[in-house]
Amino acid sequence: MSEAATVKKARENPAVARDGAARDAAGKGDASSVSTSAPGSIEVYREDFERQPAGPDWLQALRKQGMAQFQALGFPTTKNEDWHFTSVAPIAERTFRLAALESANGAGSAGVRLADLDRFNFGENGWHTLVFVNGEFSEDLSSAAGLGKGVRVSSLARAIKSGTAGIERHVGKIAAFEQHTFTALNTAFINDGALIELAAEAIVEQPIHLVFVSEGEGVSHPRNLIVAGRHSRATVIESYVSLRDSGYFTNAVTEIALGEGAHLDHCKLQRESESAFHVGTVQIREARDSQLHSFSFAVGGSLARTNVYTSLDGDAATCTLNGLYLADGTQHIDNHTSIEHIAPNCPSHELYKGVLDGRSHGVFNGKVYVHPEAQKTDGKQSNNNLLLSPSARVDTKPQLEIFADDVKCTHGATVGRLDDLAMFYLNSRGIGPEPARMLLTYAFAADVLETIELEPLKKQLEKMVLARFADDTAA
Amino acid sequence: MLEINDLHAGIGDREILRGITLRVNAGEIHAVMGPNGSGKSTLAQVLAGNPSYEVTWGTVSYNGQNLLEMAPEVRAQNGIFLAFQYPVEIPGVSNAYFLRSAYNEIRKANGQEEIDPLEFLDLVQEKLKLVDMDESLLSRSVNHGFSGGEKKRNEIFQMAVLSPRLAILDETDSGLDIDALRIVAEGVNKLRSPDKATIVVTHYQRLLNYIVPDYVHVLANGRIVKSGGKELALELEEKGYDWLQGAGADAGAVA
Repeated sequence: MSEAATVKKARENPAVARDGAARDAAGKGDASSVSTSAPGSIEVYREDFERQPAGPDWLQALRKQGMAQFQALGFPTTKNEDWHFTSVAPIAERTFRLAALESANGAGSAGVRLADLDRFNFGENGWHTLVFVNGEFSEDLSSAAGLGKGVRVSSLARAIKSGTAGIERHVGKIAAFEQHTFTALNTAFINDGALIELAAEAIVEQPIHLVFVSEGEGVSHPRNLIVAGRHSRATVIESYVSLRDSGYFTNAVTEIALGEGAHLDHCKLQRESESAFHVGTVQIREARDSQLHSFSFAVGGSLARTNVYTSLDGDAATCTLNGLYLADGTQHIDNHTSIEHIAPNCPSHELYKGVLDGRSHGVFNGKVYVHPEAQKTDGKQSNNNLLLSPSARVDTKPQLEIFADDVKCTHGATVGRLDDLAMFYLNSRGIGPEPARMLLTYAFAADVLETIELEPLKKQLEKMVLARFADDTAA
Repeated sequence: MLEINDLHAGIGDREILRGITLRVNAGEIHAVMGPNGSGKSTLAQVLAGNPSYEVTWGTVSYNGQNLLEMAPEVRAQNGIFLAFQYPVEIPGVSNAYFLRSAYNEIRKANGQEEIDPLEFLDLVQEKLKLVDMDESLLSRSVNHGFSGGEKKRNEIFQMAVLSPRLAILDETDSGLDIDALRIVAEGVNKLRSPDKATIVVTHYQRLLNYIVPDYVHVLANGRIVKSGGKELALELEEKGYDWLQGAGADAGAVA
């Protein structure tokens, strides 16, 4: 079951025109499909919105817009094109109190110790690490490393409090919330997260690690901002983790502005607890000649959605969006990506792989939108899925929408099971069904991990993936 | 070592083997020849335990054990090796890791200790020479992107490392040029020993110029229609299979 298409001279291709029409319909659908199923939970968000401590005027105004838009949109239903395969009812029907308010009442964050976080490091000391507990920066748990000249890394809340100039120029400007309920909701609660600013030419040698630890039954809305100046370079890892299983909700947004020729490696590791809920959006704008390498690793949560949206605004900007999702039991893991080719001469590459076991449900939706001016676009997109059990399910929807006439774009999606012949081949060499299954599953996942440039991270993820499949085998 | 008695097998409702009887002793090389569709490859696959094939009748005993009750990996652990006609590509698994896993699984099953990667490397060095391949083979994914000849040599290389008691070569010669054929044949000949046996399944007599068999069997329509010494192969080369296929059809009519 494989599909691949190469489209050149899009205007002559009727399929593309249809796709274009579908996009318009989806656009309208977003605004009109409002769920009224859970007024109760929306009321609770409203209450906590009123209760949160006030910020400066610009922030208050932005939060208000976010709240208004969240209330106007409501939670999306599966009639919404963007949420067709993912029902957010489990999130909409629960009431999540703002975790920061709860912990202020003495419930939460103090329980996390530095030693608890060891297992989320990557065997390398000396990385600059910012730790957030239930969405709030913890200085005690964080560790600073020499970052070099022209680099500022801090808690967003502190930067706002101290009136750091320029934040308002970016916050809320990249992550659009007109159509996106969860981004609107996050915007209503902008408070803390990481602020990373790289001056022109600044190069950060060591990775910057942002660790978001969550506990309890509340909600946090981490908001991160990365502004990379001209020809700057950095590696940023976001880890979403938990120390014990609990049913909290993380609703994160990361906004990234890449200046001319800037180069960012961004890895998002979604390792939430198995009862948790996670919605995360990473939204990027890329100026000319900038390079983005994004890797999204998703293994946690009972219901998880990750959006990576990038916009190639400037000539010859490039992006690589790769990802791996592994789901088991009754997990639902959804990955959406969108690449907007606005400027000409931009290559984009995308490879997402999924391994679904048990009764889990995986979703992939990848949009590549080539605007009329984006000539000489070179886009490659693929999504490959491996189903390990008869009850596992995956819905994959690669979408190409092309409005320029001199482009090269391919996309393809596959859904398959372990190859019987390959199994027999391994068996015939003395390798039994269980180790053979592990070997083949690992091999399927490993080639996308191969694309991670940061060696210690790659090694650690390979180990995690191998251990996970080994556990499956033992079970 | 191997005793096949009135073996019937097929895929789904289609019977392919219709009563094979064959006895292979240690130290012997048997060639199984026959035209396309005669059941040669099916015989090889059934002996290795491919679950796509169903055995409907007959017995196979291997060193006194009921082979048909053994899972494919157990057969391998007991010394059976099939060199595939179409070796399977496994992207993402290196040859070294694959072969070491196989080697260690077989050792474990036989109550021996696993060996570590360095020891294993020593072991495979000389075997690589046997098939004229260099060390880079080890880090490449199993058969992935290999040429036809490389795949076949890789099968023989695996065979050399795993050192089976009963090797079954399924059309290892098809698609090989004469140089590759010689390398493959030499590999097989070097592994010849009094306590091991080999079944060479082939369409062409050519391979048997290099691997000299003790016995030649001709398969047609799922039965052995003629057995003889190595000179039978030459006769086949001269006369083709047609005169024997008639015999197969007759035998079918009688049965």
